[in-house]
Amino acid sequence: MTGNDLVLALVVATALGFDFTNGFHDTGNAMATSIVTGALRPRVAVAVSAVLNLVGAFLSTAVAATIASGLVDSGDVTLTVVMAGLTGSILWNLATWYLGIPSSSSHALIGGVVGATIAAAGGSAVKWQGLVAKVIVPAALSPFIAGAIAALGTFLVYRITRRVAEGPRSHGFRIGQVGSACMVSLAHGTNDAQKTMGVITLALIANGTLHAGATSPPWVITSCAVAISLGTYIGGWRVIRALGKGLVEIEAPQGMASESASAAVILSSTDFGYSLSTTHVATGSILGSGVGKKDAEVRWHIARRMVTAWLFTLPAAGLMGALAYWVANGIGGTAGVVTIFVVLILASVAFFAASRHPAVTPENVNAAWTGSVVPAPEQDEVAS
Amino acid sequence: MNSWINLDALWRIIVVGLLAGAGLPALFAVGLLALAPQPRPDAPGTDRPTAGVLGYAVAGLCFAVVLAAIGWGIAVIVNHS
Repeated sequence: MTGNDLVLALVVATALGFDFTNGFHDTGNAMATSIVTGALRPRVAVAVSAVLNLVGAFLSTAVAATIASGLVDSGDVTLTVVMAGLTGSILWNLATWYLGIPSSSSHALIGGVVGATIAAAGGSAVKWQGLVAKVIVPAALSPFIAGAIAALGTFLVYRITRRVAEGPRSHGFRIGQVGSACMVSLAHGTNDAQKTMGVITLALIANGTLHAGATSPPWVITSCAVAISLGTYIGGWRVIRALGKGLVEIEAPQGMASESASAAVILSSTDFGYSLSTTHVATGSILGSGVGKKDAEVRWHIARRMVTAWLFTLPAAGLMGALAYWVANGIGGTAGVVTIFVVLILASVAFFAASRHPAVTPENVNAAWTGSVVPAPEQDEVAS
Repeated sequence: MNSWINLDALWRIIVVGLLAGAGLPALFAVGLLALAPQPRPDAPGTDRPTAGVLGYAVAGLCFAVVLAAIGWGIAVIVNHS
């Protein structure tokens, strides 16, 4: 194995690692509302979501092309750049997951790659117009569109069923929620798995394995589908809790309305090749479902915290990507890439260890919201 | 079409989003309403009320349309790529 093959293997492994973090970071987008309303038990929810992400990843590859060719000049992208970009994105994803902030995995990825590209080749290697038109504008608009649709949907379903007794209504909407949550999971697979496929394709183009403008080979599609699905199954309980319990106290009709809005917006934009952030859409929808219901409490301060994190995602992931590039490039060659790979592994282990004490698990994910992602320990627990 | 913002795709997303994202849950809600027993002020305390044949028919139709719309949506995504 030559040095370059080793580097390519590390890049592919890191990209699949990113795909995995993307999966668990975003489980909540599809399943948070179903978990908190009791429509699905937590472990069942993540399993269903994992399977549908797997299926969704094979359905459409429109978005993969955007990442691979639309954002940076692939002539200036080397394997080290891709590696550094991925390192930046994974670190930002882990940090936000630890804090329970549903930030956009897509923005982390794009930010990391763009940041590393700027560090390597300067600002002229970035297709700024592509970045604004395909990433920033949709990101700014999508939460409002999804939120408005979810608010209208929530208003309508409560209005239509206002004479239906509480019991049958909740029961009916819980069944509906299962369907709509499945659609969001499928949509997530069609949209987010594509992004890693795009990055691996970019790496293969940078390595000369594929010619510029090539589409993702089947092994890339399959491995990305499996990685995102495994990540989804692990379940990002911190983010699930923040989305499902933190923003709005969600009832089944709101859950169904918000998930339908998310699914409709994500699927239709995937069809137009828009690389939307599932997270922005899902968060917007959940907020919309709080706005659309009379007297629902929306915790706007938590929403503000999330939006602040969104604004930081592109530049912060970009900065980390650039730093990783400078380190890798400073050491040089294969050794540089191996170094940042090792640092990334150590950092991931550290985040994982920190998240265990105290942990958010399927058992306590639905505990009452007391102002923090990690639930307060139960006071009336009987010592055993 | 503007090169910085794809207005053509945007309005399609809004229209499809409204129809599928708000319309389908509303239709589902109509189905639930149809399934719910109608209150009968003339005969309180009689047998447990049911939705009746018409109710079941309307509900079935609503749910069928919702399912068909979802199936059609998936088919569009698959064929488009």
